[in-house]
Amino acid sequence: MNRNKNGVYLSRDRKAFNALAYTFIVLITIICLLPFWLVVIGSFTAESEIFSRGYSMWPHEFSLEAYQMAFRHPDEVFRAYGITVSITVLGTFLSLLMTTMCGYALQREDFRSRGFLTMFVFFTMLFNGGLVPWYLLITNYLHLKDTYWVMILTPLVNVYYIILMKNFMRTVPKALIEAAKIDGAGEFYIFFRIVLPLVKPALASIGMFVALGYWNEWRTGMLFLQEKSLFPLQYYLYRLLNSVEFLKNSTVVMSAEISSLSFPSESLKLAMTVIATGPIICLYPFLQKYFVKGITIGAVKG
Amino acid sequence: MKFKLFGNLAYDLRRNKALMAMVLPVVAYLLVFAYAPMVGAVIAFKSYNFTSGIFGSPWVGFNNFRFFFISGKAWQVTKNTVLYNVAFIATQNVLEITVAIFLSEISHRYFKKITQGAMFLPNFISWVVVGAIAYNLFSYDFGFINNVLTSLNAPKIDVYTTAKYWPHIFVFLSAWKHVGYGSIVYLAAITGISSEIYESAALDGANEWQKIRYITLPGIQSTFFVLLILAIGNIFRGNFDMFYQLVGNNGLLYNATDVIDTYVFRSLLTTYEFGMSSAIGLYQSVLCFVTLIITNAIIHRVSPENALY
Repeated sequence: MNRNKNGVYLSRDRKAFNALAYTFIVLITIICLLPFWLVVIGSFTAESEIFSRGYSMWPHEFSLEAYQMAFRHPDEVFRAYGITVSITVLGTFLSLLMTTMCGYALQREDFRSRGFLTMFVFFTMLFNGGLVPWYLLITNYLHLKDTYWVMILTPLVNVYYIILMKNFMRTVPKALIEAAKIDGAGEFYIFFRIVLPLVKPALASIGMFVALGYWNEWRTGMLFLQEKSLFPLQYYLYRLLNSVEFLKNSTVVMSAEISSLSFPSESLKLAMTVIATGPIICLYPFLQKYFVKGITIGAVKG
Repeated sequence: MKFKLFGNLAYDLRRNKALMAMVLPVVAYLLVFAYAPMVGAVIAFKSYNFTSGIFGSPWVGFNNFRFFFISGKAWQVTKNTVLYNVAFIATQNVLEITVAIFLSEISHRYFKKITQGAMFLPNFISWVVVGAIAYNLFSYDFGFINNVLTSLNAPKIDVYTTAKYWPHIFVFLSAWKHVGYGSIVYLAAITGISSEIYESAALDGANEWQKIRYITLPGIQSTFFVLLILAIGNIFRGNFDMFYQLVGNNGLLYNATDVIDTYVFRSLLTTYEFGMSSAIGLYQSVLCFVTLIITNAIIHRVSPENALY
């Protein structure tokens, strides 16, 4: 028998179990990471090598040509970045504000309409009118096509987060609110000064998911945007990857002033993917704990 | 009942003005972006034209629905949507529970943190990027998989023109993207099981497999049911982002890859058949609604504590 690091004896089935557990987890981890590796390596592979040998785990010849090209006139990418950052910041702020205020009011026991209003909010999770009436509303009635605000508005309210927030708000001691009321504090003062600081963990976690939703949004762009200067990052990337015409007409390629046939289209696509995704992935290790916490809040049924 | 509702609203408007103001933004938003489209769904029963708008267009009864069902598309996309979802629910729950059980038994803190982080990473990126990744893997000329096949002297596979590979690819990529998330949910449930139960089982001589079978699995049962109801409630809803980003407008693959959501999207944006596509959307919404109500009612009867509402 062996001892583990705590000096506890490990039985044989425990050892077999551990071996299986570690192998399985390592295997899944490799499968999860391998595609990322392939994209990064592909973006550093010379175009000629991609054509002759295809994508591989490790290139015979490293090349920066795709990145050099991407960064020669990076204004389009940077503009798409700017738009995505700004809609993410503004959208997350507005969304969190609305979500927390609503969640807070809906769990206040002296708020008599809370039952009806909760049903009103929850029902939209069970039933919706479908894509087409929603699309017509936004384009023909609200005239939001090709506007900046359409990207803020479409993902703004997620009812699931309101319900989560409402449940989390229950952890705020009622006595605290009562005491503040007796001292003459107004409802908004109580909400912003007393309640919000106490639900910071939920704010951070839900905020992360809202922000991620805004960051990864591309469908809104596809449905409502034709104006290239408004394209958010993911939709811009989608267009580059899926339309050769769009790629050829982008400043990235046009600036190269070479015949449209000879630009490194394959590695350039991957390089653009890395440029669009890399920075946010670098942030990921610092954000991981908020996501895990956010999922865990959701896992506890309220 | 109704009288009381108005009484409550009137009371809160008088006495809880601030709380009313706090819910107002969300209520207004949902009235415009969720309830108005429900009214607008009447175009499913109309022949829509731009100049007359939603309410001016002529009624056509159930014609839009009839057309959708006669074309044979209804059965095909509904079947695809449901079968894909069943496959996703089954594979992902098995993988998520396995990962969660193994992770819960591993004591190295950093190993756990790093592997968990790596498994969640795919959830972090958009489906646009997954589309690029899939192309990198499956492209006929340069793809990594074909590269490996060639070096093994096996024939190349042409994924983007062959429908039969796609069910496997979707099941794989969907699991790839979601298992990290789901395993965190299950891990939280396992962490919630009292460690005393495990200790006393160990004293009674239970081995690892017995502990999993008799303590862990029953302990995560209610989490499983909640996730299952939610998944079944969405069983008629396809993951639009995934199907659209991986297949796009590749007509060769529609038979195997078209789900209700992609079909609606395409008929909206490419053929502008507003009446018919909204009929399909409404058909989907009603199916989802009815399934959710029925599932919840069944759960209510079998084990009330796990019901959604």
